[in-house]
Amino acid sequence: MLLEGKNLTFAYDRKKGNILTNVSLRIDSREPAAIVGPSGFGKTTLCKILSGYLRPQAGEVLLDGKPLPKKGCCPVQMVWQNPERAVNPRLRMRATLADGQQIEDRIIRELGIEEDWMNRYPQELSGGELQRFCIARALGRDTKFLIADEISTMLDMITQSQIWNFLLKETKERGIGLIVISHSEALLSRVAGRRLTF
Amino acid sequence: MSCTNKRHILEIDELSVSFLQYENSRSSRQIELPVISKLSVSVHEGEIVAVVGSSGSGKSLLAHAILGMLPYNARTGGKIYFNGELLTPEKIREYRGGRIAFVPQSTTYLDPLMKVGEQVRGGRNSSGGKDSGRGGRPSGGRRNDPERRKKQRALFARYGLSEETDAKYPFECSGGMTRRVLLTSALMGNPELIIADEPTPGMDLALAKKSMEDFRAFADEGKGVLLITHDIELALEVADRIAVFYAGTTIEEAPVSDFASEQLLRHPYTRALWRAMPQNGFQPLPGTQPYVKDMPAGCPFGPRCENYSRECAGEIPMQRVGCGTVRCVKYHGEPLAVHEHHA
Amino acid sequence: MKESGKRFGWNQRQRARLLLVFSVLFLVTVAAAGYFCRDASMVTDFSRKNLAPCFAYPFGTDWMGRNMFYRTLTGLSMSILIGVSAAAVSAVMALILGIAAAALGKRADSVISFLIDMVMGIPHILLLILISYACGKGLKGVIVGVALTHWTSLARLIRGEVLQLKESEYIQIAERLGHSKLQVAAKHMLPHLFPQFVVGLVLMFPHAILHESSVTFLGMGLSSEQPAIGVILSESMRYLIMGEWWLALLPGIMLVLTVVLFDLGGTSLRRLLDPNSVHE
Repeated sequence: MLLEGKNLTFAYDRKKGNILTNVSLRIDSREPAAIVGPSGFGKTTLCKILSGYLRPQAGEVLLDGKPLPKKGCCPVQMVWQNPERAVNPRLRMRATLADGQQIEDRIIRELGIEEDWMNRYPQELSGGELQRFCIARALGRDTKFLIADEISTMLDMITQSQIWNFLLKETKERGIGLIVISHSEALLSRVAGRRLTF
Repeated sequence: MSCTNKRHILEIDELSVSFLQYENSRSSRQIELPVISKLSVSVHEGEIVAVVGSSGSGKSLLAHAILGMLPYNARTGGKIYFNGELLTPEKIREYRGGRIAFVPQSTTYLDPLMKVGEQVRGGRNSSGGKDSGRGGRPSGGRRNDPERRKKQRALFARYGLSEETDAKYPFECSGGMTRRVLLTSALMGNPELIIADEPTPGMDLALAKKSMEDFRAFADEGKGVLLITHDIELALEVADRIAVFYAGTTIEEAPVSDFASEQLLRHPYTRALWRAMPQNGFQPLPGTQPYVKDMPAGCPFGPRCENYSRECAGEIPMQRVGCGTVRCVKYHGEPLAVHEHHA
Repeated sequence: MKESGKRFGWNQRQRARLLLVFSVLFLVTVAAAGYFCRDASMVTDFSRKNLAPCFAYPFGTDWMGRNMFYRTLTGLSMSILIGVSAAAVSAVMALILGIAAAALGKRADSVISFLIDMVMGIPHILLLILISYACGKGLKGVIVGVALTHWTSLARLIRGEVLQLKESEYIQIAERLGHSKLQVAAKHMLPHLFPQFVVGLVLMFPHAILHESSVTFLGMGLSSEQPAIGVILSESMRYLIMGEWWLALLPGIMLVLTVVLFDLGGTSLRRLLDPNSVHE
């Protein structure tokens, strides 16, 4: 599958100028790709546009030549940097995970999520444990692209390598495209085959 | 080279922090939640020591415990020595913002309604009250003192902050500038020790390294820096020694040079950490850090350790080895020497 | 707070729970007792008129020989019923308008926000009198009046909460995972709004009760043959200069007690429902 961004232009507040101006990119799902750019370039904003959280003022996002569907589960899913903010503090983890679209037990098992964690509230789990739930939630049946925006920045090295080894295997088996953002050069050289530099 | 005869600036001896909390959101039963248990770490003169642990593991509480900024439902145990002197709550209040400075994680520690130059001149603690270091507007007298003005200018110049920066408000400063403002603010009181809590989030490695050079320059004047971070790659770049934080305690303290190869490291967790780094094989060890409520008896790493045996479930003493320490019963080095300098 | 908690050996949640149970019991008892002594409170007996409080008549009797204890209970129970129903209507309005303001886009938001500001800008009692008068006074007038004037602050609170929730990452993620706005609101927003709503509702009772009695006291509310607390108080004014202090003082104290207990109950409920409440 091919994910394209064409002439994307975006501003949160037009008076303060554009965050992104005429950005174009093409990402093939067969090879994990890294988006590399200087600090403050708007990488997170670009990710949000590609996964449909934000609508660009100009330009379009195409998946295999078609725009992203407006309704239903978005085929481009994004995992956020801070897992504590990405789960509802008033829901048990089982309910949060149920937001995902038919998550297979295999994924839950391979991510090392324990049955006991399901009945807990997020405050009772560590950041690394929560991030596993967030990743599982994003890997529903129809997910075609997964955007990982600094997903292991806040985690320890062991959790980081567990998560990335799982993600590399899972996306390869299911043919899911992987888009990686990380400030760590060493991590990028392990996980991303291609670099899109801005 | 022996590192033990260098002067200790900070020594933390078996620090524990626990919180009194309700068992769950509905219950009225209170339980004590041990977040930090038996943590020991020391900073010598001229050293940057990094405490490395994953986010949400409670390591930020270490800084708050040293600075006496814990919330009221926290209980602490153990001892903290500053220049060989036991730190009591009164001493902490006296030194905080002066001889011991804090560079906080969040840029929200700056007063959004005050120009940064004035803020740095006034210092954050000049109101001198019982407040926890936030809040409390500095008095105008100190702010306009010509000597402080000169000093602030000199510090700003040293860290590449131009004269226009003085008159900027915090929201007008970029991330890197804000970091440097926080650092100069810490340096205004001529500290001997800086405690920095995650000073580089959201920076790329180049920018982070650059801001770390400032800490290096500070330490090289015979002073100490305790750097609390999740980023081991950064810590390996700038620190002299690394204390590895796992499940509420430091399981190993080792010089950065020991991270050159797995064989030089002592604790099985540190070794696993080393193997998991992207540049060293990227091999994951299965399992997760235990949550504070399900802490195993004895060694917190026990359930994930391949060498686990019955003795690991007992008390695990800290052993001193060369320039570092390790908390593992399987490691056979010299026993931990009693420190003389407290007497 | 901390000190006294230690002295009694109780933590804040246990104390909050006890207070809540106590205030609920008291209020239910008053409401039920008032209902049962309604007939007894109407009995006039000129052989026992103007008696000061004594063992047989703890609140004394009035110039028509009516038992003031029964009259006070009946009046309070009526006030509580009016307060509860008016506050309930008002809270539901607040919930609907608050969510609508936050969810239906900018135009709806500015209309509702304007409405909130306008109602808040007029003194409660003035608006209440106008509405009550327009509805023909009496029970209906008072309930409609109280309901239409008390929803504003809760509506503003709920609007703010929904606006903040809409921006939260987990709700945006749930929407991108294909859940409709309604599903997301039910699953993710309700658990946050429910405690706010319940506490807001309970804390509205004392206001509603006080306003009901004030309007009645001023003669714009319930009619004078009803044993309402406002009626009792306004009638007693005439007898106060004759030294019949008990006609005003004791019913007045009971009214204050009821209001304070509702307030304590609401505050305790907030402590119990808020998971981030202090860990004392």
